[in-house]
Amino acid sequence: MTRISHHIPDNLLSAYATGNLAHSFSVLIAAHLSLCDECRANCEAVEMIGGALLDAEREASLSSDERDRLFRAIQEPPPKPPLPVASKLYPAPVMDVLKGQSPTWKMLGGGIRQQILLDDSDGSLRLLYIPSGCAVPEHGHRGPELTLVLQGSFSDHIGRFQRGDVEYAHDDINHQPIADLGEDCICLAATDAPLRFRAILPRLLQPLFRI
Amino acid sequence: MTTTTASEMTEALLAVRDRRDQEAFGRLFDYFAPRLKSMLMRGRLRDSSAEDVVQDVMLTVWHKASQFDPHRADASAWIYRIARNRQIDLGRRRRPPALPDILEEPETAEPDPAQILGLQQEAERLRTAIEKLSPMQRTILERAFFDDLPHNEISSLTELPLGTVKSRIRLGLERLRYELRDLKT
Repeated sequence: MTRISHHIPDNLLSAYATGNLAHSFSVLIAAHLSLCDECRANCEAVEMIGGALLDAEREASLSSDERDRLFRAIQEPPPKPPLPVASKLYPAPVMDVLKGQSPTWKMLGGGIRQQILLDDSDGSLRLLYIPSGCAVPEHGHRGPELTLVLQGSFSDHIGRFQRGDVEYAHDDINHQPIADLGEDCICLAATDAPLRFRAILPRLLQPLFRI
Repeated sequence: MTTTTASEMTEALLAVRDRRDQEAFGRLFDYFAPRLKSMLMRGRLRDSSAEDVVQDVMLTVWHKASQFDPHRADASAWIYRIARNRQIDLGRRRRPPALPDILEEPETAEPDPAQILGLQQEAERLRTAIEKLSPMQRTILERAFFDDLPHNEISSLTELPLGTVKSRIRLGLERLRYELRDLKT
C-alpha cells in the first residue's frame, strides 16, 4: 500500500463520525477509511466521545418484556445480509454503491470516462477515469468537493495525489488536476452541489453529463 | 462508579465475543438498553419504535461481536456507532454508507493489554471532561452526537445563528481534546 499523505479534514471527519454529513461525502469518507489507518483512528476518537455521552445518558425505563424479547431473538440464526465485498481496486463502501458490479463507464470526451453513482438532493458521487497525462476540465465549485484516488495518481497546484489520498476543494479553489504519466487514474468524486465548469464548452455540456 | 461500570461493559462485550456468554450479554442489555432508548427518543422516534430500534441495535451487538476490537474502541463507543448508523438509516430512509473495510493489521494479532487499558483510561478522562462542560456546551454536543436533525434545524431549535452552533460544537470538542491532551503518547 502506498503511503497516504492527503487526509480528510478534521471537521468533515467529525461530521462523518456523528452522522451529520451528506450521503455522498459519507460514502467517500468510508472508502478513504478503508485505506487509511490514521483517519480511521481519528474517527474512532470522535466515536469515543459519542460513547462517553452514551455513558452519561439518562436511563429511560423499558417495557418489562424487552429483555426476554431480546433473549428470544438471539436464539434465532443471524440474518445474512449480502455484504459488499471489496475488490482489489474498490473498497467495500464503493462496491456497495456499485451494487457489486464493475463500473459501467460513460465517455465524456478526451478519453475521460465517468459513472454517476448518486445524484440527488443529498449530493453527487461519481467515479472518474482519467487517462494518464490527461487533464480534468478546469472547473469552479458551487460547494465543497472531495476526490479520492483509487488508481494511478494526479497532480495539481496543491500536490500529488495517489491511491488513498483525498483532495478537499473549497468553494473558492479553481484547480486543474492532471493525471500523472504511468497508470491511468481512477478517482471517486463527491460534491454536495453540481460542479460549475469555467470553460464555455464544458459548461454547455454540464447538464448533459451531469458532472 | 461510572469507571467500573463502563470498563466492565468492555469486559462483558469481550465475553460475548469470545465465549458467546449470554449472562454477560444480559449485563450489556441492562446497562445500554435504557441509555440507547433515551438517546433514540431525542430524535423522531417515539416510545415503542425506540424500543424496536434498541432491540435491533442489541441484536447487532450480539451478531457482530466478533468485529469488536478493544484496542480501537471501548464497548460504549462501539455500541454508539452501531446505534448512530441505525438512527441515520431510519431518519434518511436510505441505507447508510457501507462501513469501511476492516483494515489488515500488519502486526501480530496478540492482544496488547497496555493499549486496551490506555484506551479505557482515555474514555474515563472523556467522561470527566464531559461532566465539566457547561449545560449549553453539553446540550450542543448531545445534539450533534444523538439527534437525527441536520445542523440548520439544530440552529432553529437553539435560536442561534448557524455559525455560532458550529463553533460551539467545535468548542465543545476542543475543550474535550484539551482535557485529553496530556494522555496522548
